Amino acid sequence: MDGAAILAEIDRRFGADVVETHDHRGDHTAVVTRAALPRVLATCRDEPSLAFDVLMDLTAVDYLTYPGREDGPRFEVVYHLYSIAHGHRLRVKVRVDEADAVVPSAVPLWPIADWFEREVWDMFGVRFSGHPGLRRLLMYEEFVGHPLRKDYPIDRRQPLIGPAI
Amino acid sequence: MADPTRREFMLGEGSGTGSGSQNLQIGMGPAHPAMHGIIRILTELDGEVIAKADVEIGYLHRAFEKDCEQGGWNNAMPYTDRLNYVSPLINNFGYCSAVEKLLAIDVTERCKYIRVIMSEISRICDHLTCIAATAMELGAFTVFLYMIKAREFLWELVEDVTGARLTISYGRVGGVKADLPDGFAEKTLRALKETREVLDEVHRLLTGNRIFMDRMVGLGALSREETIAYAITGPMLRAVGVRYDVRRAQPYDVYDRLEFEIPTQKDGDNYARYLVRMAEMEQSIRIVEQALAMIPGGPINVDFEGRPIDPASYVDRGKQGKTEGLLLVPLTLSPNLQGQQRPAHARVNVGDRRVVLPPKETTYGSIEGLMNHFMLIMEGHGIRPPQGEAYFPVEGANGELGFYVVSDGGDRPYRVRCRPPCLPPMAALHRMIEGEMVADLIPTFGSVNMIGGELDR
Repeated sequence: MDGAAILAEIDRRFGADVVETHDHRGDHTAVVTRAALPRVLATCRDEPSLAFDVLMDLTAVDYLTYPGREDGPRFEVVYHLYSIAHGHRLRVKVRVDEADAVVPSAVPLWPIADWFEREVWDMFGVRFSGHPGLRRLLMYEEFVGHPLRKDYPIDRRQPLIGPAI
Repeated sequence: MADPTRREFMLGEGSGTGSGSQNLQIGMGPAHPAMHGIIRILTELDGEVIAKADVEIGYLHRAFEKDCEQGGWNNAMPYTDRLNYVSPLINNFGYCSAVEKLLAIDVTERCKYIRVIMSEISRICDHLTCIAATAMELGAFTVFLYMIKAREFLWELVEDVTGARLTISYGRVGGVKADLPDGFAEKTLRALKETREVLDEVHRLLTGNRIFMDRMVGLGALSREETIAYAITGPMLRAVGVRYDVRRAQPYDVYDRLEFEIPTQKDGDNYARYLVRMAEMEQSIRIVEQALAMIPGGPINVDFEGRPIDPASYVDRGKQGKTEGLLLVPLTLSPNLQGQQRPAHARVNVGDRRVVLPPKETTYGSIEGLMNHFMLIMEGHGIRPPQGEAYFPVEGANGELGFYVVSDGGDRPYRVRCRPPCLPPMAALHRMIEGEMVADLIPTFGSVNMIGGELDR
């Protein structure tokens, strides 16, 4: 299926829950509501004509300082899906506010989401409801803040002092 | 009753297997030599069997993605070198291709061939390193020496082209730093011949070797379903029989014009991964040989009628106002160090002044060139892709290496995300080692080919 047909299929099934779709530089993208995300991802994986069996990447973007989006939802969680059978790709995005930065976990669908979601929590402070153990992945547990947020200064130092004995 | 699987047998109840109450917690790494200094595996041991394992990463985290947001688009290039430091050229080209996709520019033919040739040389280096290290950890030190010898031949080529061995920073948005040096094709063919001989020797030493097979066959296995669910790509996915390779599935550069096979195996164990990597090196050699025969533009000949002058006297003449005909005088600069000759520059870079720095003699010899250079280098100027986002996957040595870049229309990347091919296998590592002996952790960990630079970024 080509990208436009995939987007049409997503739109047909989840019409009200699809915030927008676009095709920029050949990357087909569907932005969906948070409530519908688990259903959208499950359909993408299980529907034979879509068959997105690989969660290629899961990451987030902080739109705090992006021109024109200062007032919109701060975070976008981005899923890159790939289908081995069909060889097609799809990007699914969901937008969340800072005050309520929680997204349903994709771990029940793909076990790799475990580490990807831990990294997003670590770097952006977006929580994933239903995740089996949301710990930091790259930083240490004592680290304060989420370094890839746009308001985290690059020169802030947090030296790790060994545990008090 | 069905026969218990190996895992059930090893972890089941019964004499000698323990009930779990006496299990011992052992932390391996990060200072353990086999963990390469950057991985910690918290194991729960039942005798010598790993009952449970928790893999901890992040010891080499250097804030790659944050650092990329601080400078211009081309400034991220040295950081990408340090992702997979065994095959840094592939990272360079992956990042460049993602930004080029965002800018909607297409690089020159010769540049595409150069990218393919250098990527495949890097892939061979990476596989050589992986197998060499695995074999060494199993005691086959001879294999390690032979393969590092072959890698040395290839790294000499990389050094010739880029001027460095490891931190090469050779890619540029819109092209590459410089054209290939003289005599590159002959030297490469010689190096590939040596590499083939080494591969042949290693085949004879390892492929049917009883000791090696005892440590590799049937161990660290992952089922096809689980491999896909864990988003594992590259040699590990092909070792379970899935014929997925970005070079074939979504051909980039000129891979669609080259003939090569995608080797696969069925078993998905350490031995299958070894066989896939060995076969892939042979295919990469084939690709380089074809690409060298097909590359347009040929070797660089600096044909000039006038006498060659060095850059310093070129600038001096410009200062004295003797500018007549200056733009037309070719310079003798080394193509891979400070300068680039104009004809070579034009062959490997797109003629897009918004993106590519002018050749050095234009910068030093004309006001337009100087302004062009200024507009790309100075703070607040530089490459400015339009607002938007792009994801570009390339086939890294360990699997799909993707760059997801977001631009806000400014001169700095708004977000650079690297999809590290190492991370999914490491996330699945506990599934491969649970139920096996502690000693088997070493070859399994080796066959994953963990590269800390890209795993922790």
